[in-house]
Formats: sequence, C-alpha cells, structure tokens
Amino acid sequence: MSVVTNTTTITSVGAPSRRNTELALLLFAVLIPVFAYANVGLATTDELPSGMLGYGLGLAALAGVAHLTVRKFAPYADPLLLPLVTLLNGMGLVFIWRLDQSPRLHQRAEALFGSFSPDTPKQLLYSAVGVALFVAVLVFLKDHRILQRYTYISMVVALILLILPMFFPAVNGAKIWISIPGVGTIQPGEFAKIIIAVFFSGYLMVKRDALALASRRFMGLYLPRGRDLGPILVIWGLSILILVFETDLGTSLLFFGLFVVMLYVATERTSWIVFGLLMSAVGAVGVATFEPHVQERVDAWLDPFAAFKDGTSDQVAQALMSFGSGGILGTGLGQGNSDLIGFAANSDFILATVGEELGLAGLMAFLLVYGLIVERGVRTALAARDPFGKLLAIGLSGAFALQVFVVAGGVMGLIPLTGMTMPFVAAGGSSVIANWALVGILLRISDTARRPAPAPTSPDAEPTQVVRVQ
Amino acid sequence: MSELTLTVMRLGFLAVLWLFVIVAVQVIRSDLFGTRVTQRAAGRREAQTRPPQQRQQAAQAAQGRQQQNNNNRARRGAPTKLVVSEGSLAGTTVALQGQTITLGRAHDSTIVLDDDYASSRHARIYPDRDGNWIVEDLGSTNGTFMDRNRLTTPTPIPLGAPIRIGKTVIELRK
Repeated sequence: MSVVTNTTTITSVGAPSRRNTELALLLFAVLIPVFAYANVGLATTDELPSGMLGYGLGLAALAGVAHLTVRKFAPYADPLLLPLVTLLNGMGLVFIWRLDQSPRLHQRAEALFGSFSPDTPKQLLYSAVGVALFVAVLVFLKDHRILQRYTYISMVVALILLILPMFFPAVNGAKIWISIPGVGTIQPGEFAKIIIAVFFSGYLMVKRDALALASRRFMGLYLPRGRDLGPILVIWGLSILILVFETDLGTSLLFFGLFVVMLYVATERTSWIVFGLLMSAVGAVGVATFEPHVQERVDAWLDPFAAFKDGTSDQVAQALMSFGSGGILGTGLGQGNSDLIGFAANSDFILATVGEELGLAGLMAFLLVYGLIVERGVRTALAARDPFGKLLAIGLSGAFALQVFVVAGGVMGLIPLTGMTMPFVAAGGSSVIANWALVGILLRISDTARRPAPAPTSPDAEPTQVVRVQ
Repeated sequence: MSELTLTVMRLGFLAVLWLFVIVAVQVIRSDLFGTRVTQRAAGRREAQTRPPQQRQQAAQAAQGRQQQNNNNRARRGAPTKLVVSEGSLAGTTVALQGQTITLGRAHDSTIVLDDDYASSRHARIYPDRDGNWIVEDLGSTNGTFMDRNRLTTPTPIPLGAPIRIGKTVIELRK
C-alpha cells in the first residue's frame, strides 16, 4: 500500500517592523539630492555650491524628524513610502535651485516683476510645513477610521474648497488659486483631493452593495439602474462646472477620475469605467468647443509647434524640445536649456528639466519612483482589513497616480496641458504640503494594516492544519 | 570642470538614481507578508526514504516552533505524534504541538475522515492542563471506541491505545 502524507501548516506571517530598512533607505534618499546639488554646482560654477551644507542638512533634518515620528507613532508602517517621498522632495529642491541659478530666468523675472526672488528657500520652508503636517497626522490621527465619522462634513468642506477659487480672479487663465492677504496664494484643489477621497470612501462603503448588485446584464456589461447613476452624474456635473468656471482641466479630470476609480474598486463592475470614460470624453469635448482657455490648451496640444510659431503658447513646444535635447542619457545636471520654457519652468514644467538634464533614463527612474509610491499605496489597500481603510488607501494613491499622469501627460504632449503640479518635485507650497499629509494618512493606514495580530490566547487559536491525503 | 569629469558625474548620478530604485524594489521583494504555507513532505519518494519523525522535526524547526517542541520533549514519555494506523488515511501522522485536533467529515477538521461511519464533527483530541492528551466524543452517531469500550466522557489516551472511529484507527506515539 503506497502511503503518502502531505501535511501543510498554514500560519499567518506578520510583516516585520522594517524601521531600520527605512532608515538606511532614507540615508540613501538624502545623499542622492546632495550629490545632485554638488553636480549642478560643479557644472555651472566649477565649484561646490555654498548652500550645499545648508540644504543637505535641512533635508536630512526633515527626513530625520519624519523617520523618528514614524518610529514612535507608526512602527509597522510601510518602509518604502518615506524614503521615496524624501528622494522626490530633495530632487525637487535641487531642480528648483538649479533653475534659480539660470541667468535667463533672472532676466525674465526682472523684466516682468522688477526683481528676482529665488524659489528654493520658499520650497524648503514649504517642505518643512509639509513634514510638520505629516507629523501632526501621525501623532493625532490614531486610527484612520475616525475619518469615517466625517464623511458628509468632508463632502461639504471639499465642495467649498473646490468652489471657492471661482470667486477669485483668474491667474494665467485658470481659477484654481485663492489668495489670502498676508499669507499668499493657496491652491485649495490639492487639499480638496485628500478630503474628497475621505468622502468617497465613506460614501461608497455604505452604498457599494446597492451600486454593485442592483444591475442588469447587457452585452457582457452590468448596467446600473437609472437611479443608481445619480452619484456619478452629480460628480460629473460638478467636474463640468469646475471645467467651465475655473477653466482647469486638471482639477476636473482628477476629481471625476478619482470617483470612477473608487467606484470601480468598491463595486468591481467594469461598466463604471466604460461610463466614466464616455462621460469624461463627452464633457471635455463639449466644454472645449465653447471655452476659449480650454480650447487654446487643446490647440496647443494638437499642434504644439503651430502654437509656438503663432506665439500663443510656446510652453509645450519648448518642453518637447527639452526632452528631445536630453535624449537617452541627458545633458547632465545644470547643463540643459530647459530654462527657455520661461513661465512655470520650475513648477508645472519641472519634468522637462528632469527629462533634459537626466535624459530618458533619469525620467524613467523618476516615474518609477512615483509608480512605487502608488504601488505601496495599493499594497496598503490590499493589506488593510477594514473596507473604509481599503477604499481610502486606494483613493489617496489613485489621486496621486492621476495627478502624476495628468501632469506628466500634459508636459509630454500626451493629453492637453493642465494647471496641476508634479507632487513633491514642482515648486508650489500647497502641493508639497498637501502631499506630505496624504503620505501621512497612507502610512497610518499601512501601520494599522501591517500591525501583527495580538498573540492567540485560546488553545483553539493555534495554526490551522490542513491534512491532505492521497 | 573638464568634460570628462562632467560626463562621469552625469552617468554616475544616473547609476546612483537607478541603484536607489533597484534597492527599493528589493525591499518590496523581501517585504512580502500574508500567510506562509509550510509543506511537511514533498512527495512519495521523500516519504519513503525519510523517517516520519525526522521530517516532522525538520518542518517544526522550519516553522520556528522549536520552543514548543522542546517543551514536549522535556516531558519524558509524552506522545509527540498522532498516527492513523488503519482505514483510508492509514499512514498519516500529525505532530502534537499542544493544539486541539478535530476529527470528522467536516472540511475544517484537522483530520478529515472519508468514512461513511464517521460524523461530520466526530471527536476531538486535546491536551489538558497537565499536558495529558484527552479524547472526547462530540456526540457522534456511531461512537468513538477505545479498545472495545464506547467513550461517553473525555478520556485520557494511554500511549499506543487504539482509538477507533468507524473504519479508522488512530493512536498516539512517541
């Protein structure tokens, strides 16, 4: 009689804390920007830049504070998010500083505003505020499920933040800023992104069964009932309103896209994606036919070099030429001519500088770092045990991914240009601060998800044994 | 600054940037978590060449349960495994690690009996506070027998005593 025993034991393996891995990677992530900084200085002025120690120590201090906070308040959180974000923030400082050194931009600023003010110290300050908010999120938000209580409050707050810029004068054609006297201008859309993700997760967690199950099957697609289309129509209408009154494609696309992504994740119905794509195409084409600012952007996207010749919009063409002159390996840090872009070179178009000076190889590394951040966010969503945490993690990483796509796609000429900024890299206070808070919430969810379960107390809680006998 | 130095720095920076990405991906690879499945016996050949006891010890060591294993070893004469000696499962061994073993036709039993005379939750075997192994009939239709006596109360199992459930006979061994 042949006897084969095949006994498997299934035990749950908790993730180890990994804080030391995080520290090592963080050190690496601080050294790379310092190296880049030295690189720019040596290439432009033949000597190590004087501010190198200051910025290096500043970045290291921010990273250290963030790391110690994570060690104390979220010991099981994901080890990769913080180093990746620190690298992007540090490289952003280097690129902004590099563009601050450009004589062309100095001349341009003096001709337009009378004086030139460097953006790097401001950006370092914003990064510090961002890290402070990150620390505050980790210290005060003990459990992400608390946010669930504020589902409808966050809806109201997000709507106010989205509608507010309509009442402020347009800056460069788009109304996405509000200006507070004494503080400066704020881009409320960046903060609304986080708050609306909270609303969507709270709302969809309650409503997802109705949206997923009550449907008819038609040509392989589950068609939702007419009345269940309500929420998506409301969000669509709102995005169209933003597009019409604020003339900003980015914000509009981000909110509608975020809702469709979360709807799909919550209900597992592909039909929502089909509906979403159709509705956004209809909306974008419809608005582009009568709104001159949007139309101008679309024309510049369809034929950037014609717009360059007309003088209507030279940015996209300049960005494409930057990418072209960078080639595969780039011109080297500090040796490109991406400052020719002029307006918004260090904010919306900073990716062109990355592409020119580090080439395709460097740009791909940057996009991979963004991709890894999104991957960690999605992994957090997979590991999270509560539905609200899952949806929130997906929403936050989805918003991050959409923003990267909208900006990178706009700069590279894949989609019409929008007024959003590259998270962490581009100069801009609201963006850096809001994205640090976003990463803080992701780390909080990830800490809850990866925390090992309490030790079993009853004898029945021993590992499950599966005995298979053939 | 010479052209050569700048080129070296340019390529060096790209190399460092990619090194960071690769290290980050390596961290993800070593960061997998979830459930781990430990295969006790790989297959037919291994089952015949290696004595069961040795296999179990290897598996237990791999599971990091050395602690409990040592505790079991510390008491002399305590059984370390449960062996099915007759019936369709004959030859199956289950290491005794202080956990409750359930027997029956239900899929979530520790030992799933494919036996017409067994109930879905037939019996369980568990250690009491002193580490003695106890067998308890869970109200089965056809009964659990030790030697020839039908069990009515939880009963300590002597080493090597045959416990019969339908056509299946199990015993505890050292």
